[in-house]
Amino acid sequence: MTIKEIQEEIIDEFSMFDDWEDRYQYMIELGKSLSLIEEQYKTDDNLIKGCQSKVWVHAELKNDKIEFTADSDAIITKGIIAILIRVFSNQHPKDILDADTSFIDQIGLKEHLSPTRANGLVNMIKQLKLYAIAYQTQLN
Amino acid sequence: MQFNIENIRKDFPILSRKVNGKPLVYLDNAATSQTPQQVIDCIVEYYSSYNANIHRGVHTLSQEATDKYEQARKKIQQFFNAKSSREIILTSGTTHSINLVANGFTSLLKKGDEIIVSSLEHHSNIVPWQMLCERTGAVLKVIPMNLEGELIEFEFNNLLSEKTKLVFVNHVSNALGTINHIEHIIKKAHQVGAAVLIDGAQAAPHLTVDVQALDVDFYVASAHKMCGPTGIGMLYGKEAWLNLLPPYQGGGEMISEVTFEKTTYADLPFKFEAGTPNICGGIAFGAAIDYLNLIGLENIASYEHELLTHATKKLLEIDGLKIYGTSKNKTSVISFNLEGIHPYDVGTILDKLGIAVRTGHHCAQPVMDFFQIPGTVRASFAFYNTKEEIDTLIEGVKKAKLMLS
Repeated sequence: MTIKEIQEEIIDEFSMFDDWEDRYQYMIELGKSLSLIEEQYKTDDNLIKGCQSKVWVHAELKNDKIEFTADSDAIITKGIIAILIRVFSNQHPKDILDADTSFIDQIGLKEHLSPTRANGLVNMIKQLKLYAIAYQTQLN
Repeated sequence: MQFNIENIRKDFPILSRKVNGKPLVYLDNAATSQTPQQVIDCIVEYYSSYNANIHRGVHTLSQEATDKYEQARKKIQQFFNAKSSREIILTSGTTHSINLVANGFTSLLKKGDEIIVSSLEHHSNIVPWQMLCERTGAVLKVIPMNLEGELIEFEFNNLLSEKTKLVFVNHVSNALGTINHIEHIIKKAHQVGAAVLIDGAQAAPHLTVDVQALDVDFYVASAHKMCGPTGIGMLYGKEAWLNLLPPYQGGGEMISEVTFEKTTYADLPFKFEAGTPNICGGIAFGAAIDYLNLIGLENIASYEHELLTHATKKLLEIDGLKIYGTSKNKTSVISFNLEGIHPYDVGTILDKLGIAVRTGHHCAQPVMDFFQIPGTVRASFAFYNTKEEIDTLIEGVKKAKLMLS
């Protein structure tokens, strides 16, 4: 699936919920299904700065696509990074770089985009895109 | 004045707003307090009627503004029972006040001198002293705490020596609410000739502070935790100390005479107030003090203690909830965690329910390291909160626990 298609799919899933509680409950479930980072990669270097909770992300290039794994010590944050990874994992670096992230808005998580939110969603997106830049350079 | 919670709540327009569709339950008072209409009116009146620069204009507006600003200084002096209004420096807040003193001590310290801070400090009462140590070669010593979150007195006594030049402790811990036994600390520090600065940011809104009775050398606080606006605070310093310290910043207002060869500085308190100050903020700080006096600090303290007792009892009924900071002597602050659940998650769910609490390390990482936790959820109550609001918090915490387990 393309990034766009996955985003559409997530928007679809979230459109089923009409209150915040169900939305958060679902996000917590998504967090539980996150493909977890291997313990050896849970290093300070892989920590995303600017989050009140800890978020580790690891990236590897496999068949010209980036595979992301992650973890967080907070469950809502884990849900957020799980959504991002579902969108961006197993995609070409160039596609990741070109992707827009306005779907966040559409699934009712806009509040997490504000820089005053301590969960650092903005920093997570930035970090995933930085990996894409690095691997894109390597592929070129 | 009779303490009437319904009437008090009417003074705070923000308390009637909704957040996420729910009535706001504001329990983040240790971060900033809300502002009563009386203070808001004072701010509006300043800009509508007599906005002018102070201390220099001969025109009427400037004189009116100057009078009000200096009256505010007088109110602050009386609130803290300082001997003279010359001992009250208006600053941008507690952090500014601490930096002013830390900077002033640069020329008074030498290598090998010792500075004592407590393990309960806010970062703003750690970092300026670390920087002072770097500048001077002085050594920073730390008073440890016990599991209740209280400073250990005999450990402090052991740290004191003739090398000790300065001691810095908060009156009340922002992270845990512990009221420190500062009378003992001040007395002991003075016995070895050390100066003492007490960070009163968390104490001034809740406790009666008498700087003369305490015999403290420096006392600092922020207006925005005392029902006043942000960006204004105070430094009390004994006159002898303030005369000894060099000015912090150069500029207008703080001078007596300026030539390119030499400048002589203005007298206290103006020596430390370079540039145009936060005039409106200063005047509104005075209005906030009027308001606190109207309610009465004793009324505030006893009502807040009731809230604290009620909340502590109810929270502890929740299975797996742990409170950090269990001193018998504390203000209305409760730092807690739910077993196996990150404080950030709890705070996020509470926000969705219209309940404002603080989560994280509360700018006191050493305190969190001591308890080996990433942070806590902190609910802090003010005299305008109610038992019903605390019950809403309890329901919210239960809901968060259910959703996040």
